[in-house]
Amino acid sequence: MRILFTSTGESWDSVIDPRFGRTEYLVLYDEESDSLSVTDNRSAKNEAHGAGRATAKVVSDLKPDILITGNGPGGNASGAIKGMNMKIFINAHNLTIKEAYDNYRNKKLTEL
Amino acid sequence: MTNSKYIKIAVASGKGGTGKTMLATNLAALISGSTKTLLVDLDVEEPNSSLFFGGNKSPAKTLFRPVPEWNREKCLLCDICSDACRFNALIRLGNEISIFDKLCHSCFACSELCPQQALPMKEHAIGELTHITDNNLTIVEGRLFTGEEQSVPLINQTKELSETDYGDYEVKIYDSPPGTSCPVIAAVKGCDLVLLVTEPTPFGLNDLRLAYATMKKMNLPVAVVINRHGIGNGEVDEYCRNESVEIIAKIPYDMEIARICSDGGLLLEEPGYVRPLLESLHKRLIEITNCL
Repeated sequence: MRILFTSTGESWDSVIDPRFGRTEYLVLYDEESDSLSVTDNRSAKNEAHGAGRATAKVVSDLKPDILITGNGPGGNASGAIKGMNMKIFINAHNLTIKEAYDNYRNKKLTEL
Repeated sequence: MTNSKYIKIAVASGKGGTGKTMLATNLAALISGSTKTLLVDLDVEEPNSSLFFGGNKSPAKTLFRPVPEWNREKCLLCDICSDACRFNALIRLGNEISIFDKLCHSCFACSELCPQQALPMKEHAIGELTHITDNNLTIVEGRLFTGEEQSVPLINQTKELSETDYGDYEVKIYDSPPGTSCPVIAAVKGCDLVLLVTEPTPFGLNDLRLAYATMKKMNLPVAVVINRHGIGNGEVDEYCRNESVEIIAKIPYDMEIARICSDGGLLLEEPGYVRPLLESLHKRLIEITNCL
């Protein structure tokens, strides 16, 4: 599985960014290869309009199976990501990526 | 110099709820007693000028703006369109082009730049226009459809129609949305004079400053109307003095005014002091616009 986290930093110890559209980083964990890769999304905060949709495009290119975030995508982004074959888990804010991943494994996260 | 017979007045404000519609409706009602007057409600997100009048309502006419439509067969997924879109209204998601009409600003960039002509523009309904005629007064009301985010195209079209369909109306009053952003700029553009309605409070002053700076940048003549005069402090007076902006009227803070407005009434009969106040405002408006 390819699991994507909205994140405030670039490592397992970084805290989940509760925002989808304006998340600072997108951290991808590929379970198969056991590798972590990071996409810098900080430019999204300069988007005056449609940050959620800009981020949705980045997410689409990363082709994750799972998205783990805080608040969940807003209205504009929701339409865009509906077409992606991706499960979304929310309410992972205040957790580190490691904790969020463990919670996901233990089925403690809410699926959107 | 403006043709003295025809004047276009915008009623605007930085702050919301200062009394724009109260002023616009009552001024329009007063002037229509002697002159053919058009009141254009450009606060299209929540138009309410017509609430103060009777008259005959025309059937609503739907207004549109162009947005692109994706032709999957012609598209090569070259990303020129998505790179061009400044609003992320158009993005590529894998092999799909996703278009979000509400974010589209109808700039045509994607459509024009597409080497495959795979993004023809189609009409997207944004709102409706209603005409209400009440003797010498006609009200043109633009109303944005629920869920639409962009009011500027509707404001522009409503204004255009107020020009083309009502050329013989001597006085046109444009009731603008509040604030200082694009909808306001679209509403006041091309007017002979902007009446900025404010209240004499620190909050009112702060937003008046922003509104005045905006009008100044647009080279639009401004006069200030202080509403709810008697509350707050004298800082608005002082500011206008320092900026050499004329305070064209002061409308007192009066429970009776609030009560009548809340009932959807006009102020030309009661309280008795409002009519003369508006008459002198009207007289001054003519003087000012004659000198422009």
